Amino acid sequence: MSSVPLSAYLALGLILFCIGLYGALTKKNIIIVLISIELMLNAANINLVAFSKFGVMPSITGQIFALFVMAVAAAEVAVGVAILIALYRNRNTVNIDEVNTLKH
Amino acid sequence: MENAWIIPLFPLLSFLFLIFFGKRLKEASAYIGILLSLASFVYSLLVLFERFSSPTHKAESVWLTIGDVQLTAGFEVNQLNALMLVIVSLVSFLVHTYSKGYMHGDERFHVYYAYLGLFTFAMLGLVLSPNLLQTYIFWELVGLGSFLLIGFYFYKEEAKKAAKKAFIMTRIGDVGLLIGMILLFWQVGSFEYDEIFAAVEAGAVSSTMITLTAILIFIGAVGKSGQFPLHTWLPDAMEGPTPVSALIHAATMVAAGVYLVASLFPLFSASETALLTVAIIGAFTAIFAASIGLVQKDIKRVLAYSTVSQLGYMMLALGSAGYVAGVFHLMTHAFFKALLFLAAGSVIHAVHTQDIEKMGGLWKKLRVTGPLFLIGTLAISGVPLFSGFFSKDEILIAAWANGNTVLFWLAVVAAFFTAFYMFRLFFMVFSGESRSDMKHVKESPSVMTVPMMVLAILAVVAGYVNTPWFGTFLGDWLTEGNPALGHGHIEGPSWIMIVATVVSLLGIFLAWLIYSKRSLSRDWLGASTLYTILYNKYYIDELYELTVLKVTKGLSLILRFIETFIVEGIVKGVSGAVSGLGHLGSRFQSGQIQRYGAVAFVGLAILIVVFAVTGGYLK
Repeated sequence: MSSVPLSAYLALGLILFCIGLYGALTKKNIIIVLISIELMLNAANINLVAFSKFGVMPSITGQIFALFVMAVAAAEVAVGVAILIALYRNRNTVNIDEVNTLKH
Repeated sequence: MENAWIIPLFPLLSFLFLIFFGKRLKEASAYIGILLSLASFVYSLLVLFERFSSPTHKAESVWLTIGDVQLTAGFEVNQLNALMLVIVSLVSFLVHTYSKGYMHGDERFHVYYAYLGLFTFAMLGLVLSPNLLQTYIFWELVGLGSFLLIGFYFYKEEAKKAAKKAFIMTRIGDVGLLIGMILLFWQVGSFEYDEIFAAVEAGAVSSTMITLTAILIFIGAVGKSGQFPLHTWLPDAMEGPTPVSALIHAATMVAAGVYLVASLFPLFSASETALLTVAIIGAFTAIFAASIGLVQKDIKRVLAYSTVSQLGYMMLALGSAGYVAGVFHLMTHAFFKALLFLAAGSVIHAVHTQDIEKMGGLWKKLRVTGPLFLIGTLAISGVPLFSGFFSKDEILIAAWANGNTVLFWLAVVAAFFTAFYMFRLFFMVFSGESRSDMKHVKESPSVMTVPMMVLAILAVVAGYVNTPWFGTFLGDWLTEGNPALGHGHIEGPSWIMIVATVVSLLGIFLAWLIYSKRSLSRDWLGASTLYTILYNKYYIDELYELTVLKVTKGLSLILRFIETFIVEGIVKGVSGAVSGLGHLGSRFQSGQIQRYGAVAFVGLAILIVVFAVTGGYLK
C-alpha cells in the first residue's frame, strides 16, 4: 500500500532534528531558539510514529506517545514564553547572549 | 599552709582586674594593687609563722598523663619557699605603695599596676613550684613581666631596646635551663624536685650527667641573675621605672636565678665541678661588676652593677657549699637593695636627673631620703651591725671554709670595691655643694618615704636572724631535717670578720678622701686607660656586637634569603598553580546557555562515536 520506506521517515526526522539543533545552538533570539526546540521535538515525533508503523513490533503505542509529546510540548512552550515575557519585562531584551546571570 | 596556693592569686587577681577595669579607675587602681599585694604579704607571713612549727607541706594533683608518665602540678611550702614568699610579697607590697607616689600623673598608671601584679604573681608562683616544669613556666612568666615593665616607657627608644635585650639575653640562659631540665627528665623520669634529689642521692644518675645538667641549669640562672657573661641586660634594664628596678633587683627577676640554684642545691652539691663552676662564675662576676661600678656616672647604673656584683656573691656562696650564706645574703640584699633603689628613685624624683656628676649637696635638701640612703649604703658596704655585714661575713667564711683561697680573696677585694663605689655614690650625691642649678628640690611624699623607712629598718635588723653572736637561727631553721643542704652554721676563723670590717671601712675612708674631702685628686683616675676600659664596661657590649651579633645577623640574612626565595617560592608556585587551574575552569562557566548546549551535544556525539567504533553495548 505504501511505498515510502522507513529510511525516508528517519532521514526526514534526522534533517528536522539537525535544523532544530543548529537553530537552538546558534540563534540569538530566544523565540527562534524556542521554535527550534519545537522542531527537535517534532523530529522525535516523526520517529515515534514511523516506528509505530514499521518497527519490529508495530503497535499504536508510538502514536499515543507522540500525542503525549505534543501535549507536553504545548505546556512547555506556554511556560517558556511566559518566562520569556517576564524576562523581557525585566531586562528589556530577548537576546540570549545577554542572559548570562548564571555565570555569577 | 594548706591554702598557700592562694598567695600568688592575689596579684593575679589584681592584674586581671586592672587590665579589664583599670582604665575607668585611673589612679585609684593603685589602691587595688596595694591592697591585694598586702593581702598576699599578710598571708605569706602567716604561712611563714606556721612553717616554723609544722613540717613541709606539699600538695599536688595530676595535670597531664602521657603514656606512663604523669605530670603533676601543685605547690610546696618548705623553709626556703616560705622565706622567699615573705621577701617577695613584702618587697612587692612596698614597691606597690611607693609607686603610687612615684608614678603619680602617668598616663598608663593602671597598666603599670597591672604589670606589677603579673610580675609578682609570676615570682610567687615560681617560688611555690614543687617541680621543674612548673618552675619553668613561671620562670618564663617572670621574664615576660620584666620585659613589659622594663619596656614600660616604650616610646623611648632605649627602653624598647633594653626590654628586648633583657628578654633575649635571659632567653639564651633559658635554653640552657630547658635542655638541662629535659636531660634530667630523661634520666630520672620525673620533674619533681624530691624525686630528682632522691635519684641523685641513690646514685641512679651518672656523675657526668649530674655535672652536665647542673651546669645547664646554672646557665639558666646565669641569664636570669645577670651573671657573667650574660650580665649586660641588667644595667640596661634601668630604663624601666625606678620602683620596677627595685622589684627586679631585689625580689623578683634576678633573685629567681639564685633561688633556682638554691632550690636545686642537692643536685649541685652532688657534683664538685658544678659547684666549682658556680663559685668561679660568682666570684668573677662579683669583682668584675664591682670594678665597673667604680666609675659609672648614672646613679641607677651604679646600683645595677652593684646588684650584679652582689648576685655574684650569692652564687659564690652557693658554689662554696654555703647554702645558708647564699640564702641569707639573698634576703638581706633584697631589703637593702630595694631600699637603695627606692631611695635613688626618690632622689631622681626630686632632681629629675640620673647623672651623679650633676647632683651634690642633697643631704640638706632631702632630710628623709638622705639618711635612708645612708643606711642602705652602710648595709651593702658591710659595715658592722648592719645586715649586709653579717651575710657577707657568712659568705666569706663559706668561701674560706671551702678551701679556695683565690676565690676568698677575690671576694674580699670585691667587698672593698663595693664599699668604695657605694660611698663614692653617696658622697657625690649627698655631700659637698650642688653642682648644678637645683632650686625646686623637694622631699618625696610620705607614700614614698614610709616604704623606704620600713625597708631601712629591715636593712638594719634583718642581719640579726643569723649572727655568730646571737645564734644562727635562720641557718638552723633552713637546714633543719635536710642534711643535703649542709650545716646551718659554718665555723670560720674570727679574723675573717675583722678583715671584712677593715676592708669595708678602708673603702669608705678612701671614698671619703677622694669624693668628700677631696684631698686626693680625681683627675689621675679619669685620664688612665683603665678608667676608660671600666667606664665602657670592659667593652663587653661592643664585643658581643662584633662577634655574636655579626654571626647572628649573617645567619639571619641567609635564613631570610631562604625564606623569601625558596619557601615563599614554593608557596607562590602552589598557590599560582591552583589559581591558574581555577581560572581555566571558570572560563567554562560562561553563563552562555548555548555554549553549554553545544558542549553537551559534542559530548553526546563523542560518546556515540566511541560506542559505534567499539561496538557499544550492543555486543
